[in-house]
Amino acid sequence: MEVVRSQKKPSSAAASADVVSNIPLYRSPPTLEVRLEDFERFAVDRLLVLRGISDGLARGKKPDEMEKLVNDLWKANMRHPQASEVINKDIISHFVLRLVYCRTEELRKWFLSIETTLFRYRFRLESSDVHRALMTELGIPYKVVTNAEFEGLKDKLTQVARSVSQPLPTSDGTYYKVPFEEVPELVASRRVFIQKGYAYVALNQVVSFIIPHFRSHLSKALVLTNRKWTSMIREQEKDRLTPIVEALSTSYLGPDYSQAKELGEMSLKDIDQVARTAFPLCMRHLFDTLREDHHLKHGGRMQLGLFLKGVGLKLDDALAFWKAEFSQKVGAERFDKEYAYGIRHNYGKEGKRTDYTPYSCQKIILSTPGVGDHHGCPYRHFSEENLRAALGKMGVSSRALDDVIEKAKTKHYQLACTLTYEAVHGSSCDAGINHPNQYFSDSQKILEAKKLSTA
Amino acid sequence: MTKEEEQNGRDDMLIDDPEHQNAQLDAFPDGFNPNYLKVYYGRLFPHADMFKWMSYGNDGKHPACDQSYFGRREFSFTLDNDIYLRFQSFNSASELENGIKDKCPFKIDIGPVYSVDPSKRLAYAQSGDNIFTPVERELVFDIDISDYDDARYCCSGADVCLDCWPLMTIAVKVIDTALRDDFGFNHILWVYSGRRGVHCWVCDGKARRLNNEQRAAIADYFRLYKGNSNSKSKVSLLGPALHPFLVRSYVDVLRDFFEEKLLCSQQLLSDERYEKILEMIPDESITSELRGKWQDSRRPASGKDVNVVRWEQLKHLLQSGKQKAPGIRRCVEEIVFSFTYPRLDMEVSKHMNHLLKAPFCVHPKTGRVCVPINPAICDEFDPTNVPTLSKLLGEINTAGLQAEGDKVWDRTSMGKSIRYFRESFLQPLLKSCKEEIEGSHSVKVQQAKNSLNW
Repeated sequence: MEVVRSQKKPSSAAASADVVSNIPLYRSPPTLEVRLEDFERFAVDRLLVLRGISDGLARGKKPDEMEKLVNDLWKANMRHPQASEVINKDIISHFVLRLVYCRTEELRKWFLSIETTLFRYRFRLESSDVHRALMTELGIPYKVVTNAEFEGLKDKLTQVARSVSQPLPTSDGTYYKVPFEEVPELVASRRVFIQKGYAYVALNQVVSFIIPHFRSHLSKALVLTNRKWTSMIREQEKDRLTPIVEALSTSYLGPDYSQAKELGEMSLKDIDQVARTAFPLCMRHLFDTLREDHHLKHGGRMQLGLFLKGVGLKLDDALAFWKAEFSQKVGAERFDKEYAYGIRHNYGKEGKRTDYTPYSCQKIILSTPGVGDHHGCPYRHFSEENLRAALGKMGVSSRALDDVIEKAKTKHYQLACTLTYEAVHGSSCDAGINHPNQYFSDSQKILEAKKLSTA
Repeated sequence: MTKEEEQNGRDDMLIDDPEHQNAQLDAFPDGFNPNYLKVYYGRLFPHADMFKWMSYGNDGKHPACDQSYFGRREFSFTLDNDIYLRFQSFNSASELENGIKDKCPFKIDIGPVYSVDPSKRLAYAQSGDNIFTPVERELVFDIDISDYDDARYCCSGADVCLDCWPLMTIAVKVIDTALRDDFGFNHILWVYSGRRGVHCWVCDGKARRLNNEQRAAIADYFRLYKGNSNSKSKVSLLGPALHPFLVRSYVDVLRDFFEEKLLCSQQLLSDERYEKILEMIPDESITSELRGKWQDSRRPASGKDVNVVRWEQLKHLLQSGKQKAPGIRRCVEEIVFSFTYPRLDMEVSKHMNHLLKAPFCVHPKTGRVCVPINPAICDEFDPTNVPTLSKLLGEINTAGLQAEGDKVWDRTSMGKSIRYFRESFLQPLLKSCKEEIEGSHSVKVQQAKNSLNW
């Protein structure tokens, strides 16, 4: 795959194969030219799909719900103004993300799992012609069972279908005859009739043996990609593609809340009440600690300070707020001398004048608070006892609490926060929490709506 | 004096008078003895046949034969004093024979064929990337009667008698039929394990090349017990119908065996034992009705066995038209399956690198030879009559002075087994291997020709 800066139009990879399938198998990198902008953009779009799927799985969505979710995510993100380019976007984005996710064991595991799931649900939505095209492409030696054969086997096939509560075979349905070694899953669970070394697979069972092929191929490919990356590509592309690739795996893909335009201002007199009702746990904890200790260390000041900026706290108000607290511990003079500068810096009024963006969940989760720190993600760092107490203080019911704790224990920190949100506000958050400011703005919306309805 | 007599160092062994044969046989005490084993390996163990088997045709002169094949097979020897030697390999028939005669192992295990000579494996470990890995291995099964302890009352643990051995026989029938009819395998060797079970070696090329996942799938296809240690024999036959494999097993083998043999030989519905079967029926009203009948009754007037009578009553009640719940009707099958269906050791079958005892070994605890079992007549197999070391040695002695060279085995009880091994298993297998080797070779040659053409 060649990446170019020019406006040249990429040629189609699909034209060469007369395949009916519009689900590519990603067997080999396409020989296309890709514009640099597309390189990143396509990958980001696909990443939104993959993250959405990951989220859906973590929430325990059922297969029907997942099928809809995958369909919606794909439609929403993987379109292209030119219909003929849709499949190229699919292929290119997959291969770019291979570079991104090949680099550690954990990344590979995640990518493999989500891409396989994506494939599975896309496959389900396709017709049997597509299934056959895919089997051919994978080199699976299948034969379609003839009518004559079918009549001879009908009793046995019916018996099997009944034994696993599957639809009964009909003479106009399709059955495939494949060597039993190709479908170990189906053999192991006795979901197929086998005879003389061949398994007779119903149309709706085809997915269960295509998937392992897809999966094992991708697994091997990722290992190879990693080797190529570390030995060659990373260095070669260090000024062009490498920075993009390295940023993509940790990127936060939502709004950055650096301009709190939507919310208008946040005034100081409201802040305590708002902290109680609309802050996520991480910020609530920092806020309460600040109120109690009249001090926060650097990590906490950054995390909370930028959050408050995103919430709509103006610089003057921020200075007043922090000063009111800190002067109780270190005195007003020392505050002005040592801490005020930092706050102004956060707002882009000092130094190189970067207007810093509030931290996303991803960034907060990755941070490593030490002794005396209170920043970071509490779902990650709090002991179970402390977490229960803190959530209780937020008003999470004991039933919801157990679910939250469970998610926190299984390292689904953002999901834990989402469940907390849902418990506190009594309404669902389908998109999941990705950013503390998102938690805040969504909370505010709900509280506003409640206020209006009771008014 | 012959060699054996020298080794035994006893003059009274030198008897060539047929009248004294019986006395001779008594002179070798039963059981196991390292000296006897040496004689066994010297005169009876079929070294050459084992070599031919393990070579799968690669010991031939054909250009496609892989000369390194036999040398990449792992053997392991268990010596006296529990010394265990793994990763043994041999490069020829004579090396194998000398290795065995030399070390006189109490047990020989056969492992997989590796990608490289197992004795050189450490040299390859350095280069990472798993160069040392199994590439071929027979599909194997191990069935042990001690896994059936909750289905038999006559024996337990390592003991076997003619009342419970038939459980092994029907396991052989069920699995053998499935391996041939369902999976299409042809070259299958069943072997008595020497004490309390059977082993199965599936040697088709396709079987040898199966990976671990595929082996696990086959093992799972055969698996029925989902219970834990509390309910080890709990069989759960859900669904409105059974898979054709289970139906065939039930109708052709299990049901008749249960009703005609096991019920009576194990007295499964006797007063002390019927409760266990009643526990498998999830309907209180039925079980209390049966209990009521059975607690009161004396011996049935007809003279029929009480177990048979009670079983009829149980079936009648469970399968009568009145019973609506499908689970109830299914109980009859569940009971039969839970007592009779084969219980395999899953771990043995799932991994390519699992070591399994070689056929024709002698079991150190019983002195019995691990002889092949012919599945077509497995009903006739009698584990209490399998040749023992001492019996064989007695026979050698009798035959020893008359026979010459390797034909000694033919004059002993081993003769039948070795002939069966060669004629019914080895020869057809080697013929098929030869065809496979030559066939794939000519395909390759043709491909090479085609690719050169343009």
